[in-house]
Amino acid sequence: MENNVIVSLKDIVVDFDGARILDGLSLDIHDKEFVTFLGPSGCGKTTTLRVIAGFIEPKSGNIFFDGKDIAGLPPYKRQVNTVFQKYALFPHLNVFENVAFGLRLKKLPENEIRSKVLEMLEVVGLKGYERRNIATMSGGQQQRVAIARGLVNQPKILLLDEPLGALDLKLRKEMQLELKRLQREMNITFVYVTHDQEEALTMSDTVVVMNEGNIQQIGSPEDIYNEPKNAFVADFIGASNILDGIMIRDFLVEFAGKEFSCVDKGFKPNTPVQVVVRPEDVKVVPMVQGQIAGLVKEVIFKGVHFEMRVDVEGREWLIHSTQASQPGELIGMCIGPDEIHIMERQEG
Amino acid sequence: MIKKKSLAAPYLVWMVIFMVVPLLIVIGYALTDKSGAFTLSNLTTIGRYSSVFARSLILAAEATVICLILAFPLGYFLSRLRSSKQHTMLMLIMLPMWMNFLLRTYAWMSLLENNGLINKFLGLFGIGPFNMINTSGAVVLGMVYNYLPYMILPLYTAMTKIEDSVIEAAQDLGASSWGTLTKVLIPMASPGIATGITMVFVPSVSTFIISRMLGGGSNLLIGDLIELQFLGNSYNFNLGAAMSLVLMVIVLLCMSFTNTFDEEGLEGGAM
Ligand SMILES: Nc1ncnc2c1ncn2[C@@H]1O[C@H](COP(=O)(O)OP(=O)(O)OP(=O)(O)O)[C@@H](O)[C@H]1O
Ligand SMILES: [Mg+2]
Repeated sequence: MENNVIVSLKDIVVDFDGARILDGLSLDIHDKEFVTFLGPSGCGKTTTLRVIAGFIEPKSGNIFFDGKDIAGLPPYKRQVNTVFQKYALFPHLNVFENVAFGLRLKKLPENEIRSKVLEMLEVVGLKGYERRNIATMSGGQQQRVAIARGLVNQPKILLLDEPLGALDLKLRKEMQLELKRLQREMNITFVYVTHDQEEALTMSDTVVVMNEGNIQQIGSPEDIYNEPKNAFVADFIGASNILDGIMIRDFLVEFAGKEFSCVDKGFKPNTPVQVVVRPEDVKVVPMVQGQIAGLVKEVIFKGVHFEMRVDVEGREWLIHSTQASQPGELIGMCIGPDEIHIMERQEG
Repeated sequence: MIKKKSLAAPYLVWMVIFMVVPLLIVIGYALTDKSGAFTLSNLTTIGRYSSVFARSLILAAEATVICLILAFPLGYFLSRLRSSKQHTMLMLIMLPMWMNFLLRTYAWMSLLENNGLINKFLGLFGIGPFNMINTSGAVVLGMVYNYLPYMILPLYTAMTKIEDSVIEAAQDLGASSWGTLTKVLIPMASPGIATGITMVFVPSVSTFIISRMLGGGSNLLIGDLIELQFLGNSYNFNLGAAMSLVLMVIVLLCMSFTNTFDEEGLEGGAM
């Protein structure tokens, strides 16, 4: 399902007050994809969106839209619409006029505007709210107005900057599904920003993990989750055990004082590596049957599973298990070859 | 509710003593002659001065429009500054207001005079002298200079409520600078515009010092006319009261006009 590249960022550099915010960022966004920028607060997600929308001119680097360099093109001439972090609706206009704003600027005939706006309001579930004052709408409703206001212009790309940040958990989940449905129905590219890894994994076709103005990894949610490229991604994507180890030879790695067979190859013999073992991939067995042994320090019931902190050779492991062990108990642990993920060791 | 209403009682008493009663007295004078008998002749004679009324309204309107044009970009610029800088800049704008009103207007007099500073300066280049003092232009200039801060402040206040992201949203949806100005900035600033217009127009239309000092004898305004009836040689209380009354009606009409304009701006537009 590789579509054409619709937006291409090449070596984008952005500075603010002498501080480097985006540091040579390069990225291809494919047409009709749901792309998510994921990263901790302040890593430059909003800045990247603003570069695409045209609110920030990068210090160096190029942006291509449909193959054309659009440097210097003002925001109002770009075929991109934005759903802002805090909605940014027009308080002096009612719901209908907010959504109609872009169409009126295009000077479409009145009946066409009317039918498009009403149709879009129906799509976002706000039928009958046309005359409502913005101030009297709830957060979730304002969010829908903001989405409708962008989508009604049929942009090639809709940029969404943490659009669900202000909503409660239940509404968030509903809106996640709804956004996904909208993207499929409208058949356009969504570029979505969040710092919630679960949201990123459930909604996206492609996840772009960012840190400190750099892209750490680009891939499908499965790739990112199962094959994190480095410790930052592994850590950010979900609680993981990240251990130092040595790749002895192909298909054999040593960590936690033991040798394990694995599925990775292609490293030089005895390369220092980092090993990722997900908490749910560690099998708890009686002490004698385990590959390694550990001392249970803490057990917390989490509904579906028990979350345990286990001391293995002086290092704390996080383990999810469906059977409870007692704190102070010695347990055995097994890890299958498929469950061991090897990454090159990074400095620092 | 009743308790809350009673809190307004002192203000009500104040209103009655210092506003309603004087107003009734003015109306009383306006509708009587010197002997105290009822008459409408005061109001009908005002017709003779219609050119003065017209001049007052036109000059005040000119001053208001110029203030609006000057203050709008300035207010916008101020509202986009970092808040620490905003306070300093506001202080600078308010600075001339700390000087006495008469002094300020005198200063303009000596600047604009035929052998005043401006003409002397222009003379150095062999230009002029221009006749600036005692023209209607000088009166408008005096009004603008004195009342400009009253336009800047409400506009600035209204514009601080406009978030950057709303302006960006307009551009994002396809609005050029002009579109952003007419479709977002002006409608959203309209409460400030309405207040500013009232705050500049009302004192401008009733001023008598500015017109006397900068306009000479030929640019008489309503304010001067009214003053003449009370303190000048015409000395006619009843006519003065009638003029005040008519001026008040005109001002009220203007204000209700700007207010409806304001409410339309806020209401969420026509559909
Ligand atoms: N206009 C600006 N002036 C100066 N610094 C800025 C400006 N905008 C952003 N920054 C800085 O750039 C960095 C990245 O900001 P950005 O808004 O892109 O982060 P983000 O990834 O969107 O974070 P969040 O998840 O908190 O929204 C931050 O350190 C921020 O302080
Ligand atoms: Mg952000």
